[in-house]
Amino acid sequence: MSANELLYTKSHEWVLFSDDKTAKVGLTDYAQKQLGDLVFVNLPSEGDEAEAGAAVADVESVKAVSDVFSPVTGTITAVNEAVLDAPQMINESPYETWLFEVGGITGREEFLTEAQYEELCQKEG
Amino acid sequence: MNDVKLIFERSCEGKGLGLLPALDVPEAALPDGFGRKTAPRLPELSETEISRHYKTLVKRTYGVNDGFYPLGSCTMKYNPRINEEMAALPQFTQIHPLQPERTAQGCLEVLWRAEQLLCEITGMDNMTFQPAAGAHGEFTGILLVKAYHKSRGDEKRTKIIVPDSAHGTNPATAAMAGFTVVSIPSGEDGCVDLEKLRAAAGEDTAGLMLTNPNTLGLFEKDILEITKIVHDAGGLVYYDGANLNAVMGVARPGDMGFDVVHLNLHKTFSTPHGGGGPGSGPVGCKAFLTPFLPSPRVIKNEDGSFRFERDLPQSAGAVKEFYGNFLVDVRALAYILTLGKEGIPEAAKNAVLAANYLMKKLSEHYDMASGRCMHEFVITLERLKKEKGVSAMDVAKALLDHGIHPPTMYFPLIVHEALMVEPTETEPKETLDEVAGVFASIWEEAQKNPAALHEMPLHTPVRRLDEVGAARNPKIRYEFE
Repeated sequence: MSANELLYTKSHEWVLFSDDKTAKVGLTDYAQKQLGDLVFVNLPSEGDEAEAGAAVADVESVKAVSDVFSPVTGTITAVNEAVLDAPQMINESPYETWLFEVGGITGREEFLTEAQYEELCQKEG
Repeated sequence: MNDVKLIFERSCEGKGLGLLPALDVPEAALPDGFGRKTAPRLPELSETEISRHYKTLVKRTYGVNDGFYPLGSCTMKYNPRINEEMAALPQFTQIHPLQPERTAQGCLEVLWRAEQLLCEITGMDNMTFQPAAGAHGEFTGILLVKAYHKSRGDEKRTKIIVPDSAHGTNPATAAMAGFTVVSIPSGEDGCVDLEKLRAAAGEDTAGLMLTNPNTLGLFEKDILEITKIVHDAGGLVYYDGANLNAVMGVARPGDMGFDVVHLNLHKTFSTPHGGGGPGSGPVGCKAFLTPFLPSPRVIKNEDGSFRFERDLPQSAGAVKEFYGNFLVDVRALAYILTLGKEGIPEAAKNAVLAANYLMKKLSEHYDMASGRCMHEFVITLERLKKEKGVSAMDVAKALLDHGIHPPTMYFPLIVHEALMVEPTETEPKETLDEVAGVFASIWEEAQKNPAALHEMPLHTPVRRLDEVGAARNPKIRYEFE
């Protein structure tokens, strides 16, 4: 896998590695469409431990609150604080709006390529 | 005609009511720093105007007395008038929580009798009426679990297991009480996945929070195995009483292996609900947890009189002042005594019958999340959304035009485009038939003219509200000019 290539999870996060040990995470376009207009975002704190497959953040739309899962195991090295005040950024430009960055990555989930992810979204409707 | 003025907008300086008599005793000053420096800007209106203002609001209010109100998981049942008559008795209203016990024996007996009867219904040994609402009861119940483990020096139990179909208040409660929440996915059948539960339960498990019947309206058929798995791991099992209406008087949480329960008197036991407040969320427990209940408890003396017991050194602490929302408990007791031993299970059975009847009728058009149900059922509009672009939200808004309160929407989270319908036992068959007709007509409209559904409601005082704007930029106080 090369850096600067978007990868995807089955739980609808995108992952962008900047090097082997560091990655930014956001929500996919499909996820934001399913959730609807977001009104609140809860992010982890810098220094929190993240475990692949475990919830580290949550997003709230007028419909419901949903967990955001960390696709990798490591330590939270940065959070996108701008999103806290403007959750609509996720709706407007999901792939430009990262939520948190994980560093010191020691484990990861199985990722999907863009083609595989598109297939999954097709299936889920 | 659609703009209702706020009471502040109706205000006119100098108007008002002279209800207070002139001061005829020496004025006592407040201690320094407690008096306000400027007069409060209260609205000033004549009595006629106040009366008209609230009457206008009343006309815009929708309740169970206005029509069908199938808000799933909320059990919006009819509130019998006799409850109100009992709660209005001066012997219950003209009292003060600090007056001597011997002068309020009847009130203490109400709490004691209600505890006895609700413990009989839930299979618990003791109960507190202090919590003021369901989520408050949950929190109190989990504090009991915490106090229990702590009393045994078992402090490694830091996790509470919650199924992914649970009410959102369950994980919130566990987090508020300082536990880490472990969410376990439901099985294919919508019930707890035993293997996942076995894998999650262990030495760090403080407890499991569960609703039964669960959020899909299904009875957890493996409930005895579920509670055993948690008990074998050393944890306790908490019963969320939100769905007790399906089983009250028929099956008891205590017999299923639950250790703690909370009830929503404002759901299951017919006290006013939803903005009508106040609520009451009593918490019952097995005898081994009784020492941890909030103080005070009502005890019956050997001579038949009643007293408050405050010497409870292991108590998890008070969760509300005094004894909770007492008059709500009076209403619930009136309900239980009115229905009696036969009426309580009959109400539960009729609630299940009504839900199954309506589900069957709606199944002619709509897809259901499961094939059978208890007291409520979940429609999934995923197919309609895909084929016609009509969402659960659109159908809910269309129901408003027919004078029906929408069901719970987008819950449970594990069902896409969910509508959760709970008719309750107090709806007659005629209403259910009418409602089925309305649902069928909305389905037909969605097939013929799906775009029309996006425009609904057309006949309500306000149409679609800006929910996103309200959530992002809430205006929660009046801004004076």
